Amino acid sequence: MYNFNNNRKLTVRQDSACGLHCIKIKDITVRTSTQTLIENINLHIHCGKITALIGRNGAGKSTLIKAIIGEWKHEGTIAFTDLKNNTVENLTIGYVPQSLNIEKNTPVSVYDLFAGYISKSPIFFHKNRKLYQRIKDQLSIFDAQDLIDKRACDLSGGELQRVLLSIAITPVPNLLLLDEPISGIDRNGMQLFYNNIARLKENYDLAMIIVSHDFDFVRKYSDYVILLDKKIVKEGEPKEVLDSDEFKQVFG
Amino acid sequence: MDTLYKLMETILPFSWIEYNFMKNALLAILIITPLFGILGTMIVNNRMAFFSDALGHSALTGVAIGTIFGIADTNLAMLVFAILFALLLNTIKRKNTVSTDTVISVFSSLSMAIGLVILSRGGNFSKYSGLLVGDILSITVNEIGSLMVIFIFTLLFWFLCFNHLHASGINSSLARSKRINTNRMEDCFSVVIAIIVMFSIRWVGILLINALLILPAAASRNMSFNMREYHLFSVMISLFSGVSGLIASYHLGTATGPTIVIIASAIFFFTLFLRPSGKSKA
Repeated sequence: MYNFNNNRKLTVRQDSACGLHCIKIKDITVRTSTQTLIENINLHIHCGKITALIGRNGAGKSTLIKAIIGEWKHEGTIAFTDLKNNTVENLTIGYVPQSLNIEKNTPVSVYDLFAGYISKSPIFFHKNRKLYQRIKDQLSIFDAQDLIDKRACDLSGGELQRVLLSIAITPVPNLLLLDEPISGIDRNGMQLFYNNIARLKENYDLAMIIVSHDFDFVRKYSDYVILLDKKIVKEGEPKEVLDSDEFKQVFG
Repeated sequence: MDTLYKLMETILPFSWIEYNFMKNALLAILIITPLFGILGTMIVNNRMAFFSDALGHSALTGVAIGTIFGIADTNLAMLVFAILFALLLNTIKRKNTVSTDTVISVFSSLSMAIGLVILSRGGNFSKYSGLLVGDILSITVNEIGSLMVIFIFTLLFWFLCFNHLHASGINSSLARSKRINTNRMEDCFSVVIAIIVMFSIRWVGILLINALLILPAAASRNMSFNMREYHLFSVMISLFSGVSGLIASYHLGTATGPTIVIIASAIFFFTLFLRPSGKSKA
């Protein structure tokens, strides 16, 4: 099925994580007019690390993600530092959503979808050969190059996920945020998704935050776990958090 | 303008082209229908059909406010009101407290009612009933000029902003992560729709304007696989139903707007059967 070694893109490009980039999320609080959604979230995230975000429904996982993206207004700061020379840089963010707002029968091909994010030339006007090739190359990182002419609405959950991953890492961001898909992906598809995440971690210089509902995955792949319930209830190594009393209280 | 008229008479060997009002109507249709076709693609994709319908309805209130304040140019009153209406709708929508459908429906009914109440004072609403159906044959040369300006302005907007607009509609968080200001995009698009709707409503009519915006794109969707086909077919269907509707209405002695809508609807149902079976071509 899936042959990583064939993937010249991945082996040639990108230096792997240097561990010297640090994202400091400080005192993030999000309020609506009536309630506090998340409160005083403090996080340090280093490149090359996977941080898993777990919690029951409505615990504020998506809110935190949207606050980091800048879609939700928040108090507190997010700073990105290069520890090598201690400079503060602009943080670039990649985001993989759970799903897209595309109805059945929508005439948007994967090429259109992709080009819309990385090109200035309007996608309804003409198809750019060079761009087409570049998109195909980027898609091939996740073995999705054959999907380029398909309509986005016809893709399976797993296929769409791979396309969205490619979009999120073009260009390669400092921080990759992933909302784990809840539906539309079978067991094999999930495994493929996790393998891809693991490959990203090894080969790219980026930090990842993953909202996950799969504790087997969290235990096996993540470096750090945050248990969220409006504020951080428990954080630490996967084993430490998943075996804690706080975890049992929330998911018990 | 005279040279253009002469040219049209030489190129088009039809009896109806002798009339200047028919030439004007044809020119107006050649300008406005491609715009409807283009804007419609995004309105349908982003599920804004209800929104553009409400905008059309707000025209009545615009006219009413114009008459109250004695603004001679009701076009201007309509335009200003529609833009404010669109931006207000967007703001309330973003508060996320009520479902979008409900908000739009409330606004649409209210603005229609306010307009009707004010305009029907003293029992002379019949003076304004032309707004409901519209009359493309009454278009003047100056108005064609302003349509042309809007045409160019909209094309510019479309070429510059389409990708970001498209991204905003597909997933706002993803668009945000790519540093696209989704709210600004949404507002700009709403304002453009407001301008086009208000400028064409006199000729197309409040009751039909949404049909002309939605139908070509909806029909085009049934046969396209990507954005390029989607736009191309939509513009072609829009142009075709516009021109053939005008000619048919001349020969049949019917109102032009509804005739165009019937032709566009017929095309929609035809394409529904052509529809690809859901699989993309390779």
